[in-house]
Amino acid sequence: MLWLRTWKLGVKSLLLHPMRSLLTILGILIGVSSVIWLLAIGEGISAKAQEQIEQLGANNVIVRSVRPIGEVSIAGRGSAEYGLMREDFRRLEDILGDSLEKIIPIREKKRAIEYKGVRTEGRLVGCTDDYATLMKLNVRSGRFLNALDNENRSQHCILASELANELFPTSEPLGKNIYLPDHEEYYKIIGVLQPRAATAAVGGSIAGQDFSADVYIPIKTWQDRIGDTIRTNRDGSFERETVELNQITMQVKNKDDVLNVSESVKVILGDVHDQAGDVSIVIPLELLEQAKTTRFMFMVFMGLIAAISLLVGGIGIMNIMLATVTERTREIGIRRALGAKRKDIIRQFLVETVVLSVVGGLVGILLGLLCPLCFQFARWCMERFRPDLMAAIPEAVRDVAPLIVPVSIPIAFGISVTVGVIFGLYPAYRAAQLDPIEALRHE
Amino acid sequence: MTFAARIDNVRKTYTLKSEVVHALNGVTFDIPTGDYVAIMGASGSGKSTLLNMLGCLDRPTSGKLSLGEQDVTTMSDDQLSAVRATKIGFVFQSYNLIQQLTVVENIEVPLYYQGRVTTSDRKRCRELAKMVGLEERLDHRPNQLSGGQQQRVAIARSLVNDPYFMLADEPTGNLDSKTTEEILSLFDKLNSEGRTIVIVTHEDEVGARSKRVVRMRDGVVLSDKPSAEENFVISDHAKTANAENGVPSA
Ligand SMILES: Nc1ncnc2c1ncn2[C@@H]1O[C@H](COP(=O)(O)OP(=O)(O)OP(=O)(O)O)[C@@H](O)[C@H]1O
Ligand SMILES: [Mg+2]
Repeated sequence: MLWLRTWKLGVKSLLLHPMRSLLTILGILIGVSSVIWLLAIGEGISAKAQEQIEQLGANNVIVRSVRPIGEVSIAGRGSAEYGLMREDFRRLEDILGDSLEKIIPIREKKRAIEYKGVRTEGRLVGCTDDYATLMKLNVRSGRFLNALDNENRSQHCILASELANELFPTSEPLGKNIYLPDHEEYYKIIGVLQPRAATAAVGGSIAGQDFSADVYIPIKTWQDRIGDTIRTNRDGSFERETVELNQITMQVKNKDDVLNVSESVKVILGDVHDQAGDVSIVIPLELLEQAKTTRFMFMVFMGLIAAISLLVGGIGIMNIMLATVTERTREIGIRRALGAKRKDIIRQFLVETVVLSVVGGLVGILLGLLCPLCFQFARWCMERFRPDLMAAIPEAVRDVAPLIVPVSIPIAFGISVTVGVIFGLYPAYRAAQLDPIEALRHE
Repeated sequence: MTFAARIDNVRKTYTLKSEVVHALNGVTFDIPTGDYVAIMGASGSGKSTLLNMLGCLDRPTSGKLSLGEQDVTTMSDDQLSAVRATKIGFVFQSYNLIQQLTVVENIEVPLYYQGRVTTSDRKRCRELAKMVGLEERLDHRPNQLSGGQQQRVAIARSLVNDPYFMLADEPTGNLDSKTTEEILSLFDKLNSEGRTIVIVTHEDEVGARSKRVVRMRDGVVLSDKPSAEENFVISDHAKTANAENGVPSA
């Protein structure tokens, strides 16, 4: 048989019913582009989750103090004591020191910050010199804390870029002293950081972190000068909270050790914290693995939905082809009488379904590739015309950036052609099985 | 003598729900190469059934049928298709052209099923269209042609694979006497070029143009004689036409 002729003939027959062919193509098209869209959206969501987790550092093990539930006020005195101890830190350092690249104790609290009558709220962070490297903080001017600052308990601080701009809109912050009214202390600014994008929350384990209002001081200085107990004025009544360390971040030298180290951390911290429920361990690597599993399941789920829509498209093809075969029974009879073999008839009808599904597949791929653009456009429109609505959408949804999964293109195309062939096969087979004489009599 | 077809005690029975129909009930006759046979008989006598069998569209229930040297009774569906594609030219009462194809494309159809369409084939299609007087209409569609013109396209199509057997089932049944005459003179010409023709007809005018008439009734052959021995009743119009073509009236 002459393939070119068969294809031409197929296209010609399809053009005879343009509307019908168009609708059939639409079925496949929607199926194919939904495969690409759904996979792209799924990939976008999970890639973002993964990125957030990676920001925490895949090599890190993070232990945080959490305020136990129900311990808000002991005996009505409004005081609470919980969380990681310096003793915990020392033991972790002693026992795990060899497998750790860094181990950083962190103390943090929201505090009022003042400079020459300008008052704002900042986050006071007590830490060591390693903190900057770990959190990828870069200095704009001056320097970050060093080991000496901690040793000497010096009253030095480093400001986040945005906070510095707020307190020193016109003057140079370096060398000036900021005032902490809660503690009646002055700290000399020795460095200002470059802006650092906030990290998003990861699941329920770790809150998002905004670096823009941070003030970093040596943790030893905090311990000596501010102390562990902090009084806050909440709704007119004072509340005391005693916490030695808010967080210990460990960076493991070798990625393969992360899970072992985290197991050891649990053992070292021991039952006391476990029972008190005042410590939580976050292992980004573990979250990463979970995210990968979730992502896989998500993909499977999305794939399933897409497969269903392709199936519907396929049924559309089959429906149309069955109608076509009935309609063209006479033609089939004529062709058989003129010497067409059964397989020639099968080929003729199969070519038509393949043309339909290939065209649907190609256009579907094009529309699929437009997915990220469509998202951008929709977001742009929303921001421009309904910013109020846009703000109401949860961040996780608002910021989804679909990522085209490259393999989804050949997969979608392959599936569409396969669907075309599979659903075209039965009508074509029916056509070929027609008795030539019966077919010739058909009116 | 070589034979285009040999029919040996061929039977065809259709088993319906309540009854058995014997469409052919033991038919035996030979068709020598170059013969021009008219099969005549009442409606339902089995003419079309016999013709379809000669055309390899159908297989006998029993008996033997050979085309040339080949026994077609035992052939597979594909083999029968191949025989139809290469040896047989069909002409139907209802023309049976493919509506979405043009005249020249319709003429080409049997060539696809032989697996080749060369440029010389293309040329041949044009020549055939010219032979049947449609060279001006190559790109017309069947619905733009008259019945006679459509039937001429069908004849050109039946000739494109250079068949050795031409089968026509009431080819003039839908045509007026003038067009009938045009078609019949085409058959005359083809037969004089040596092609074997079998034609099923009700019309005496058509029967009279053949060399031999096989009359059928209830699935059996009633008579089989040279057409000169038949007493055809031919209308005046047809007589004049025949006279013009140099056919002696019986
Ligand atoms: N597929 C079939 N199933 C059952 N019976 C059939 C079938 N085809 C033909 N017959 C029967 O076989 C007999 C012969 O039919 P056929 O078509 O050969 O007649 P015919 O001589 O061509 O008649 P006409 O001149 O009306 O065309 C008829 O009685 C018909 O009813
Ligand atoms: Mg008939």
